[in-house]
Amino acid sequence: MVLALLRKELLVELRTLESIPGMSLFAVTTFVVFHFALNQNTVSGQEAAGILWVTLLFAAMLGVNRLFVADADQGGFDGFLLAPVDRSALLLAKAIALLAYLLVLELVAVPAFGLLLLGPPLGQALPGLLAPLVLGDLGVAAIGTLIAAMAVRTRARDLLGPMLTLPLLVPVVIGCARATAPLLRAVGPGGVGGPPIDWLGTLALYDLVFGLIAYAVFDFLLED
Amino acid sequence: MRSPGLRALSIITVAAFCVSLSLVFFYAPIEAEEGFLQKIFYLHVPLAIITLGGFVIGGLMAIAHLRTRDQRWDLRSYVAIHMSLVFGVAVLVTGSIWARASWGHWWAWNEPTLVSFLIVFLLYACYQPLRFAIEDPERQARYASVFAIAAGAFVPLNFIAVRLSASYVHPRVLGSSSNLPGPMMLTFLVSLAAMALLFATLCSYELAAKRTRILLKARSRILGFQ
Repeated sequence: MVLALLRKELLVELRTLESIPGMSLFAVTTFVVFHFALNQNTVSGQEAAGILWVTLLFAAMLGVNRLFVADADQGGFDGFLLAPVDRSALLLAKAIALLAYLLVLELVAVPAFGLLLLGPPLGQALPGLLAPLVLGDLGVAAIGTLIAAMAVRTRARDLLGPMLTLPLLVPVVIGCARATAPLLRAVGPGGVGGPPIDWLGTLALYDLVFGLIAYAVFDFLLED
Repeated sequence: MRSPGLRALSIITVAAFCVSLSLVFFYAPIEAEEGFLQKIFYLHVPLAIITLGGFVIGGLMAIAHLRTRDQRWDLRSYVAIHMSLVFGVAVLVTGSIWARASWGHWWAWNEPTLVSFLIVFLLYACYQPLRFAIEDPERQARYASVFAIAAGAFVPLNFIAVRLSASYVHPRVLGSSSNLPGPMMLTFLVSLAAMALLFATLCSYELAAKRTRILLKARSRILGFQ
């Protein structure tokens, strides 16, 4: 069931291209904005990590805001509720779809970041960058899906989505930015080590807890 | 609406505040380093504890609402979160005053408790916008409860995350309240109890007002007023 829903989700996205191109373009534009706002040609270390994560987060917000719009406006929720399936399947399918959007976004945004703003070469940081990126995406997917389902059926949905998601994602930002910063530091030929393991642990724990909370309360959002 | 319980609760609260304030100003010793200024501690810290407790209690009441489908639990959860928000403003104001007076800045990013409090406050500030952006009353209660549960779980998690982020730079030995000398500890505990009573009293008043309004609406509908 999850697979069928996921397939529908990805098919709709492939045919309409509503989210992914917009998110990627937004991320690249934000890097340009950061270049002028900071008046710097290259960044490194904590600053670079901060710029990368703020950009990814705001780009992700665009995807979160659109995640359930078609379902709310065009009767997708009604269709789903008529089907005799577990409602958590929708949460899982939407979260995986959002995760896929985020991964595609990062395929564009991270190389663009390396090209446009990052001082130290991206190649040396890339292997260590994978774990924080995936863990950050999991957190955004869990929280984003829950809040998107909540915000989409309110009057001020474009406003409420980001307003509710951002504070909930502050711990994710803390973890990701701290885990990424040492990787983006300018270092000698010795190279950089992996990301700090304690921050990855904190991130994984946060993802797990919020994944469980989303799973526990999601059913209540889909009753009418 | 006649309610003798409310009157008793109010009188006890006023008495508790008389006791706690006299303890604060006449019994608790002047702190050696910060002097008279440290007295704001007896206001700020209990306020903060009650606020965070109120948020978490609001989340627990929301769980009760989703389990029993009793709208009264939703009303209680709403009142607890609403009152905690009001207390939260007071926490931020007293915290800022204290930070300004003892560190020279209105805001201190290296104080993890203050920062995590701000994040929690910003999240809960969206509770009412979310709630009143939904028209259907039944769905409004349900969505508000889902939010209250998620946010209630977020309160401790956020504190851990922010504390971790700061402890790598500023190692903290222990919380400031755990190694207080006896008279200060006593004053602090009495202030905390008085603040908890104030919270309970204000919540009861708001609940009573909301119930009266609902009752009035129902009666005027029966009598045919519109």
